[in-house]
Amino acid sequence: MSDVPESLKYTETHEWVRQEEDGTVTVGITDHAQHLLGDLVFVELPEVGRAVSSNEEFAVVESVKAATDVYSPVTGEVLEVNEALQDTPELINGDAYGEGWMVRIRPEDPDPESWEGLMDAAAYKDLAAKDEE
Amino acid sequence: MPFIPHTEREVQEMLATIGVHSIDNLFDEIPPELRCGPLSGVPEGMSELEVSRLMHARAAQDAGAVCFVGAGAYDHHIPAAVWELTTRGEFYSAYTPYQGEASQGTLQLIYEFQSMMAALTGMDVSNASLYDGASALAEAVLMAVRANRKSKSRRVLIAATVHPTYRQVVSSIVGNQGIELVELTYDRIHGYVDPARLNDYIGQDHAALVVSQPNFFGTLEEADALTDWAHAQGMLVIGVVNPVSLALLQAPGAWGETGADIVCGEGQPLGVPLASGGPYFGFMCCKRDYMRQMPGRIVGRTLDLDGKPGYTLTLQAREQHIRRSKATSNICTNQGLLVTAATIHLSILGAGGLRAAATASHRNARRLLDSVTRLRGVRQVFDRPFFHEVVLRLDAPIQGVLRAMAVQNVLAGYSLEEYFPELQNCILVCATEKRTEEDIDRYVQHLERILSKLSAPTCPVKPKF
Repeated sequence: MSDVPESLKYTETHEWVRQEEDGTVTVGITDHAQHLLGDLVFVELPEVGRAVSSNEEFAVVESVKAATDVYSPVTGEVLEVNEALQDTPELINGDAYGEGWMVRIRPEDPDPESWEGLMDAAAYKDLAAKDEE
Repeated sequence: MPFIPHTEREVQEMLATIGVHSIDNLFDEIPPELRCGPLSGVPEGMSELEVSRLMHARAAQDAGAVCFVGAGAYDHHIPAAVWELTTRGEFYSAYTPYQGEASQGTLQLIYEFQSMMAALTGMDVSNASLYDGASALAEAVLMAVRANRKSKSRRVLIAATVHPTYRQVVSSIVGNQGIELVELTYDRIHGYVDPARLNDYIGQDHAALVVSQPNFFGTLEEADALTDWAHAQGMLVIGVVNPVSLALLQAPGAWGETGADIVCGEGQPLGVPLASGGPYFGFMCCKRDYMRQMPGRIVGRTLDLDGKPGYTLTLQAREQHIRRSKATSNICTNQGLLVTAATIHLSILGAGGLRAAATASHRNARRLLDSVTRLRGVRQVFDRPFFHEVVLRLDAPIQGVLRAMAVQNVLAGYSLEEYFPELQNCILVCATEKRTEEDIDRYVQHLERILSKLSAPTCPVKPKF
C-alpha cells in the first residue's frame, strides 16, 4: 500500500497539495503515482512566473514506460520549481512528498475552501486502493 | 492471392460479431460534412503488367540525360556496393522495427546512422530519420514551438531562401496547428539573408528562425551572424542543410556562439539515386537540451544482462503509441531502407571520400560557372560564395532553352520563375562530382548554339529585293 500522508490534500489525477504557512502551496505527484509510473527518467517543469489554472497541464513526468501530464491543483502563479529534479528525477521515486516536490504556487484565492476538487487522505486512499485492486 | 486476405464471408462474420451492419457504419461517428466523398482524379486500378509497362516507359524518359539540375535532389555517384548490400533480403524486407530489440542488426545500423549524422551536423542527438527533407523541416518547426521555453509565440521566421516546396509543405503541416510562418526576405542582389537588415524583425517574438545552408540558390548564408542574432531575440535556430556540403562547411553545431538548435534536411544526396522524385528520407538532429521534444525514433546502445553490448529503441515515452494525441509527432516510423543505403554509403566513402565528393562538386560547379558565363547572354546572378549550385540569368526565354537542351539530353537547370517571379529568365544550375569536363563542355556548346539561335538578331540590312 502506498504512502498517503494525512496532512495533505489530493487530486483525482494523483497530485498532492500541501498548504504552507506563508499561504503558498507545494505540489507534487503521489507515492501511488510514482509507483504506477515506475522509474522516472525526466521531469519537465513550468517556467517560474507562469500563471496556471486549476486542472491545467503544467508539467510532464516521464518514466521508462510513459510520459504523463501533471495538472495544477489550484489557480495561481508558479513561484518556484524543484530544480534538483532536472538532474535527479528519481527523487520523486524515493521521496514523493519530500525531496520529490515539484512546484510551489501562490494561489490566486488563498482560501483553501475555494480550491475545487481536492480530496482528503481517506478519500485518496480509497481511490488508490481501487487502482491497486 | 488478394492483398487483403479476408473473404466476404469473413468480413460479414466480423461485422455480425461486433453488431455492425456494414463497414461504412464503422465510420458513422465522422460527421458527413467532414467526409471528402469520392476521390476524384484517382484512376481505376491497373494490372501488374500494365503498371510495369507504364513505369518502364516513365523510367525511360529519365534515362540517358546528363543532369545539371539540383534544387533539392542531387546526382551523386553511388558506389555499386551500396545498393548491392542494401537490397539483400535481410535489409530489404525489414520495415521500421516495431519489435525493435528482435532486430539487433537493424538497430545497430540505425545507431551507426545516428552517430554519423550527429558527427556531420555537430549535434548531440540524431533520430532514426523521417520521411523527407520537407516534412523533417515541418517537424522541426513544430518541435521548436514546443521546445522554446523562452517564447510563448507560435510565429516562426522562415528565410525566403529556404527551398520553396519545403516552405509549402511546412505551411500545409503547421498551418492547421495555429503556427504562423513569417517570411524573412532576402537580398535580391546577393541572394542571401543580409544580417544587417534584420531590424524589422526585432521585438516581434518569434519562436524560431529557419535558415538554409547552403540556401536554395546554392549561395552561403551568414549562418554565424543569423544564429547569434536569433538567439539574442530568444528564438531557436533551425538549420536546413545539405549533408554532403557539411564535409566542407562548418557544422551547424558550431554556428555562432552556441550553434544551431535543430538541424534537418534531405538525406537523398547520401546514396539515394534520383528516381523520378523519390523515395527519399529526411534527417533530424538536435542539441541534447531538446532531445525529449524530438519526433521519431531513437536507437540507443546499452549493455544486456550479461554485460554484452546491445541496441534498443530509447526515449519512446513521447511517441504516439504511448502518448496518443499528446505525442511529440505523428511520426514513429523511419525510412529504413534508405537509411540503410545512406549508412552503407557513408561507411564506404568515409569522411575523406565525402569531402572529396563535396570538393569535386564545388570545383565542377565553379568550372561550369566560369565556362558558361563567358558566353554572351549568360550572367551569374548572385555574387556570394556557393557550394555546388549557382543561379544564372539568360538573355532568352527559359522554357525554350531548357526544352532545346533536353532534346540534346542535357538537363540544363531548374527554372526559378515559378517560385521567384523576380528571377525572370533565371535557372538554378548544379554540378556534382559526376559531371566530367566533357559534360561541362557539352553543356556550354549546346547552350551557346541554342542561345545564338534564340537571340539571333533580325538582319539589320534590308534585303534589296
